[in-house]
Amino acid sequence: MLIYGIPEFRLPKTIVQNELDILKKMGVKVEMNFVVGRTRKLNDLIEKDGFSAVFVGTGAGLPKFMNIPGENLVGVFSANEYLTRANLMKAYDTGRAHTPLYHSKKVAVLGGGNVAMDAARMALRLGAEEVHLVYRRTEKEMPARVEEVGHAREEGVIFHMLQNAVRILGDANDCVTQMECLRYELGEPDASGRRSPVPLAGSEFLMEVDTVIVAIGNGSNPLISQTTAGLQVNRWGNIIVDENGKTSIDGIYAGGDIVLGAATVILAMGEGRRAASSINASLAGT
Amino acid sequence: MNRILKKTQLSAEVFRLEVEAPLIAHERKPGQFIILQVDDSIGERIPLTIADADPVNGSITLIFQTVGKTTHLLADKQVGDSIAALLGPLGQPTHIEKVGHVVCVGGGIGVAPLHPIAQAMKAAGNKVTIIMGARNKSLLIMEGEMRKIADDLIIVTDDGSYGRKGLVTHPLKELCEQSPKPDMAVIIGPPIMMKFGAETTRPYGVHTVVSLNTIMIDGTGMCGGCRVTVGGKTQFVCVDGPEFDGHLVDFDNMMKRLRAYKPREDADHQAHHCHLEEAAKALEKQ
Ligand SMILES: Cc1cc2nc3c(=O)[nH]c(=O)nc-3n(C[C@H](O)[C@H](O)[C@H](O)COP(=O)(O)OP(=O)(O)OC[C@H]3O[C@@H](n4cnc5c(N)ncnc54)[C@H](O)[C@@H]3O)c2cc1C
Ligand code: FES
Repeated sequence: MLIYGIPEFRLPKTIVQNELDILKKMGVKVEMNFVVGRTRKLNDLIEKDGFSAVFVGTGAGLPKFMNIPGENLVGVFSANEYLTRANLMKAYDTGRAHTPLYHSKKVAVLGGGNVAMDAARMALRLGAEEVHLVYRRTEKEMPARVEEVGHAREEGVIFHMLQNAVRILGDANDCVTQMECLRYELGEPDASGRRSPVPLAGSEFLMEVDTVIVAIGNGSNPLISQTTAGLQVNRWGNIIVDENGKTSIDGIYAGGDIVLGAATVILAMGEGRRAASSINASLAGT
Repeated sequence: MNRILKKTQLSAEVFRLEVEAPLIAHERKPGQFIILQVDDSIGERIPLTIADADPVNGSITLIFQTVGKTTHLLADKQVGDSIAALLGPLGQPTHIEKVGHVVCVGGGIGVAPLHPIAQAMKAAGNKVTIIMGARNKSLLIMEGEMRKIADDLIIVTDDGSYGRKGLVTHPLKELCEQSPKPDMAVIIGPPIMMKFGAETTRPYGVHTVVSLNTIMIDGTGMCGGCRVTVGGKTQFVCVDGPEFDGHLVDFDNMMKRLRAYKPREDADHQAHHCHLEEAAKALEKQ
């Protein structure tokens, strides 16, 4: 995620590369192009390939969509896809990269987290003339860091608070042309403690856009749990671990977004360290 | 790793590669695919179905048509060269079961992914009728292999240069009109062919499975770029598919999404699609 999700202007890739190089110098072997659960089952790593313990850090998974009409039109992207095309496949490097870039003029980004801010700022860098950030609560409730919101505003992202998309409209080629939105007001606090947005009846209006980026979070990645019998997950599909990071299967540990749901780099790193020390302790027989 | 062991040209635009990939060869099941990147980090990633695998030799067979930049680059590779990245096996395997009489319909390059499925359907004890279609005789692939599996083999070409003149939907309709009608159809080919194939079987209530080849990025459920509408719900082809109930897939939306990045579509293919569409429309009217 640090490579393909978070853009270069926020996290220079040389920093990630340095960290990786340190791990490699310490003797860590990196197997690339290996999907655990598909290329090889998790159990096989322990039962057949001689590994004594496995740590699962597969991160957040399937991007969430709004489930509104028009969401599969051409020009609607998950933030993951949009950022991956730009970061990893270097689609902006049109001279060299083979990955085609979708040319946008007016972009709407749905969501209020760090990912939404990154996507909005990336759209500006990729040449969009206007970028509109649409969030159904107010700036106070936004999960993004205050600094990120500030950066986005400074760069010219246009904020639309207490609004949300209800429908995306397209032309005869199914390309996005407009987005229908509703206005909201804040009601009673919900389970998360944030005041929940209540739609205002009859407040529909249209926004002219050619691109919609959906940045409303991710579900969990089901691949490992689907292909590993006996691995316990909660009702959101996050792997259940004990205070040492151990899962329901001996020798298998997990941490980071696959346990916490979409969280942070620092928490993920902390969980990795904690699991590593419990793996060490258990292998040393203490 | 990923060394090319054997290369054959099957027709003007179609190539077969046998690639060293022992782990994938061992795990793969009919219906699954891989994602590859031909060269360095800026290359596009494309999905290809695993047409065959030899777990003893540790190799998989890929069959592809040169349509875009990446497939042309791949066709330039020689025996002994390696493919930079090969990831798999991905997707849900085909559900293989004894149902009675299965009609397998392959159009153009679609015959390649159809082959392992037809083979498995036969091995499960089904009667297997195969319909193969191509624009003309020189584009027909794998006739020998399919003949070995089929209880009945029907060949059609658009121009009548080999087999019957017409579209795969013609013999498919005739089979559906017979009594007893087939128990199941598996249709793999260009989207327009799968669409009209599914329309052909729909009135007869013959359960129809199609295999979708949408644009993909990660192939592991991370980006949502591969999403399609199936029965009104959004599904991710790379993790929920690639096979779906052909009677529920929104092909029109899928085709428009496929065209999102190719205004430069080869005029030849365009002409072929239009021809198919016209012919299929005529069929619909009957
Ligand atoms: C745009 C964006 C901005 C963000 N901004 C911030 C921020 O400002 N601050 C912050 O703290 N956090 C931020 N985050 C969140 C942060 O990136 C994550 O919390 C963190 O990366 C989680 O680390 P992880 O190790 O659990 O998973 P990830 O970093 O997601 O790594 C998981 C890895 O596992 C791989 N994988 C998945 N399945 C398999 C499998 N079956 N086999 C093999 N490999 C597999 C994936 O390809 C991936 O490389 C941001 C995220 C995004 C997308
Ligand atoms: S290819 Fe990215 S989710 Fe399917």
